Amino acid sequence: MSPLEIEALLLSVQVALTAIGVSLPLAIFVAWLLARKTFPGKSVLDGIVHLPLILPPVVVGYVLLVTLGRNGTIGRWLFETFDITLAFTWKGAAVAAAVMAFPLMVRAIRLSLEAVDVGLEDAARTLGASPVRVFATVTLPLASPGVLSGAVLGFARALGEFGATITFVSNIPGETRTLPIALYTLTQIPGGEDGAFRLVLISIGVAFAALLVSEIMARRLKVRLGT
Amino acid sequence: MSDVQSSALTDAPPVLDVDIRVQRGDAFTLHAKFTTDGGLTALFGRSGAGKTSIIDCLAGLIKPDHGHIRINGESLFDSSHGIHKAPEKRRVGYVFQDARLFPHLRVRANLIYGMRLLAESQRRHTLDEVADMLGIEKLLDRHPAALSGGETQRVAIGRALLASPNLLLMDEPLASLDNDRKAEIMPFIERLRDQSGVPIVFVSHALEEVVRLADDMVVLADGQTIAVGDVEDIMSRLDLRPHTGRFEAGAVIHVWVAGHDPLHMLTELGFGAGSIWVPKLEFDRGTPLRLRIRARDVSLALQRPTQSATLNTFEGNIVDIEHVAPDVSPHVDVLVNIGAPVIARITRRALEQLGLKSGMKVFVSVKTSAIDRHSLGLGRRRAG
Repeated sequence: MSPLEIEALLLSVQVALTAIGVSLPLAIFVAWLLARKTFPGKSVLDGIVHLPLILPPVVVGYVLLVTLGRNGTIGRWLFETFDITLAFTWKGAAVAAAVMAFPLMVRAIRLSLEAVDVGLEDAARTLGASPVRVFATVTLPLASPGVLSGAVLGFARALGEFGATITFVSNIPGETRTLPIALYTLTQIPGGEDGAFRLVLISIGVAFAALLVSEIMARRLKVRLGT
Repeated sequence: MSDVQSSALTDAPPVLDVDIRVQRGDAFTLHAKFTTDGGLTALFGRSGAGKTSIIDCLAGLIKPDHGHIRINGESLFDSSHGIHKAPEKRRVGYVFQDARLFPHLRVRANLIYGMRLLAESQRRHTLDEVADMLGIEKLLDRHPAALSGGETQRVAIGRALLASPNLLLMDEPLASLDNDRKAEIMPFIERLRDQSGVPIVFVSHALEEVVRLADDMVVLADGQTIAVGDVEDIMSRLDLRPHTGRFEAGAVIHVWVAGHDPLHMLTELGFGAGSIWVPKLEFDRGTPLRLRIRARDVSLALQRPTQSATLNTFEGNIVDIEHVAPDVSPHVDVLVNIGAPVIARITRRALEQLGLKSGMKVFVSVKTSAIDRHSLGLGRRRAG
């Protein structure tokens, strides 16, 4: 692989892992809210979570740019308070990937949380466990296969993110030029076909590796869960 | 033990004091009102009588609309003071009908789940002790999926017990088991009742279980508390027949093993005013037992039968005669005091021909062969 290809590959993996790592706890929390709780505005929350799945990615990227850009309300606050800049940085790419992957993660995790028998949670309460402990020791372990598949699904989605990313953080080599954006760039250059083809192979390789890792983890979980 | 006695003298609050109302839908209101002083209390009633809802309230899984629940005087729920303790703060153990073992944890981790959350000073039992009592030492490293039905229930009982509860609830723990498995679990529940010192509330719709295991019983029907009292007293009340059921009905008396007749393979059981012979039992002399004598195995006569094959004939007085409408049944049950209450089932025609009335002297015969291991429970005389 050429240095540019390695750069794009590592950047993509870094962006996707950061996106999933940061958003997974929030996705679990939102999935739990939707699976177990009733509260006013639940359907609104459900709708907002699913928006990125329905909207054109460019729209999501543009909304991120307007709100999280240097001149956006949240973006300015982040910059002035924490000295964090998201627009046109790899962190911004991670945010875009996380937002796009979020509904997929929530859906998978919610389904697996709903499949956990509430009776087991009741049993844990009568044994003296607080609701938080019940969640950590009963609900989450039993839902962990779903959490894993949600994370893998999200990772794949983050890895392939293009529209929202290029709109929000543009196409900066070494900073925001992930695999799909690098591929797109090559297709725009005369004679870039060979390079594009190599990136296609790399993308397929990464996707297979992710699937393999998740399969191994799922098997280990199955053994641990005794099912 | 002296503590227990002195507190009884100083008018201590009952171990469990329940008076709750729960609205279940528009038409059905549940009203449970009873107190117990420890031992094993059975909530008895048909399916849908509200038994499980009541113990869900005791555990804190359902919030009643009105009333109070107190354990040793401490309120777990009190609508007039706005008290509703969370389940995890009640120290009320619960053995569910479907066991509900955590499938992702091995038996050992299941057992110590609640125990680990307690400070060491508050633990009343050790894992070894409970595993030994329930005979589950060999199962500790297994997954719940690899247990039989009876083993699963024993682990569930152990898990609840190891959390050192102040009250143990059991929701038909035998209902999902076949007869052999039931016979396997019963002795463990008897041991639990006699050795753990934890008051137990046991939900059942099977009279056989109640009679064998319970000290007290609460009779429920359509969400209402019909009667509360000693199993012996409740079972000898003919007016409760519509609720306690007819076929299996009979009196329950406390007996002890008085001797054996190995030559004829018989065992003599003593009670207050005499003794009764039954097929040979594998119990030591002096073992206290509770004996259920089904009404359909008892007959009455005005004279002492002389040429009868029954070994067990007693003299007594009629205490009560059941009122049965003519189109309901050809039989009536008659309660006779022979030093212990015994119920005989005779035809209404016999009742009229013999002219039986309350207070009359009669002779009671009990068929020896009618008494088998299903009629017996390990008895225990409560102090005081």
